[in-house]
Amino acid sequence: MTYDAHFRVWRGDAESGELVDYPVAVNEGEVVLDIIHRLQQTEAQDLAVRWNCKAGKCGSCSVEINGKPRLACMTRMSTFDEDETITVTPLRTFPVVRDLVTDVSFNYTKAREVPSFAPPPELAPGEYRMQQVDVERSQEFRKCIECYLCQNTCHAVRDHEENKEAFSGPRYLMRIAELDMHPLDVADRKEAAQEEHGLGYCNITKCCTEVCPEHIKITDNALIPLKERVVDRKYDPVVWLGKKIFKRAGA
Amino acid sequence: MEVGPTCHYVMGGVEVDPDTAMSKVPGLFAAGEVAGGMHGSNRLGGNSLSDLLVFGRRAGLGAAEYVDGLAGRPAVREDDLQAAQDRALLPFSTATEGGENPFVVQLELQKTMHEFVGIIRKADEMEMALKKLEDIATRTRTVSVTGHREFNPGWHLALDLRNMLLVSLCVAKAALERQESRGGHTRDDFPVMDSDWRHVLLVLSALGGGQRRAGAPGAGRDAARAARPVRDGRAEEVLHRRGTGRARADQGEKA
Repeated sequence: MTYDAHFRVWRGDAESGELVDYPVAVNEGEVVLDIIHRLQQTEAQDLAVRWNCKAGKCGSCSVEINGKPRLACMTRMSTFDEDETITVTPLRTFPVVRDLVTDVSFNYTKAREVPSFAPPPELAPGEYRMQQVDVERSQEFRKCIECYLCQNTCHAVRDHEENKEAFSGPRYLMRIAELDMHPLDVADRKEAAQEEHGLGYCNITKCCTEVCPEHIKITDNALIPLKERVVDRKYDPVVWLGKKIFKRAGA
Repeated sequence: MEVGPTCHYVMGGVEVDPDTAMSKVPGLFAAGEVAGGMHGSNRLGGNSLSDLLVFGRRAGLGAAEYVDGLAGRPAVREDDLQAAQDRALLPFSTATEGGENPFVVQLELQKTMHEFVGIIRKADEMEMALKKLEDIATRTRTVSVTGHREFNPGWHLALDLRNMLLVSLCVAKAALERQESRGGHTRDDFPVMDSDWRHVLLVLSALGGGQRRAGAPGAGRDAARAARPVRDGRAEEVLHRRGTGRARADQGEKA
């Protein structure tokens, strides 16, 4: 069941790089990461790749395989034809450190910009009460392994470096949606989502959902409901009128 | 679906003082999976977390207390630093002399430990493993890496290999010595638990005689069976080299 596959791997650093062709043996049951490791053992021991758990749970081995953002450890070789050329490139949205390793600090910056869970100040720990249905609603978003495949694939930043400042990306808008759905969270997430985290940049093309290895329905269950709540607040004429009156009364 | 056993957790580790978590090396503290003694022969689910919380706190307090008790700031000796740097960069210079790929040596080490010091252990197999480890130790010293120092997995592995080898040696030697089956340690040639071994822990040391037993007072058989000195040629040298580092750390502190 062993055959020779044709791999084409991007080698280079922040300045320059090129696709390098490697013939490499593939055994039954292997995944792309196994083949990358075989390349290190045979032809390219300095080939840089980030990996950890080999089980699709740590989110480290995100790369682009034949142009599609995937986890290398969860992409089975059996899904390719034996004569197919398999091209492995680093995540395009983030700056390359070396070979397949990118600098994903954009995501850490955006993570820090989301204020943490804010319970009502008068509530002491242990007094939190919420319905089971509210608990379950956000569980889907907690499955996120932070592989940043969604952040990488999102067209709002993928080829638009200039949008990175204003846009937090699907992963962190999903985090804001999760907090906004929390019945005990009192922070104003709606205004912040639109004004500070660039929710409006999202065109709901569902690319993020498509690449999510945890199959989280990011667009349907997080981003669209958040957009609806933002619109409800921002453009509702009654709310607008109320604000006006309140402002006048306060002035 | 193919199902196979894999190494999941290491239950032995660095010998530390239970109250301060300080190792035999002054100023070096260890807590969690890297430290030995907490789990005995079996780790129960969830125990690692309590281990981290309890011994992490003790290590932190122990380290703070240790620092408070120091008369002055310990200094690093310039030649120690240079020696460490030279050793770290050695795989780059051996490249010209045609050393081996570290990934190939790692694969050999994995294979040896998996096949001969795996789930079910036998004395002859472990003796064979120790012989093979000697050979791997030689190969480890001459691995070579290509490329440069930025995010170079081959170089990282070359640095890690020494430690992997040291842990493998400790596991193989202690497993060969323990002639019983207990918890995660299963001997084909000694299939049952032996109550005499219950109070005995095996400690491998780079200084003075290699292997010793730490036992509860009056654990009869301990005294009778003198610890076998470990003489492993090349492998001993690896252990010994770490030993000199330790002696220097002592001197550094006095400085």
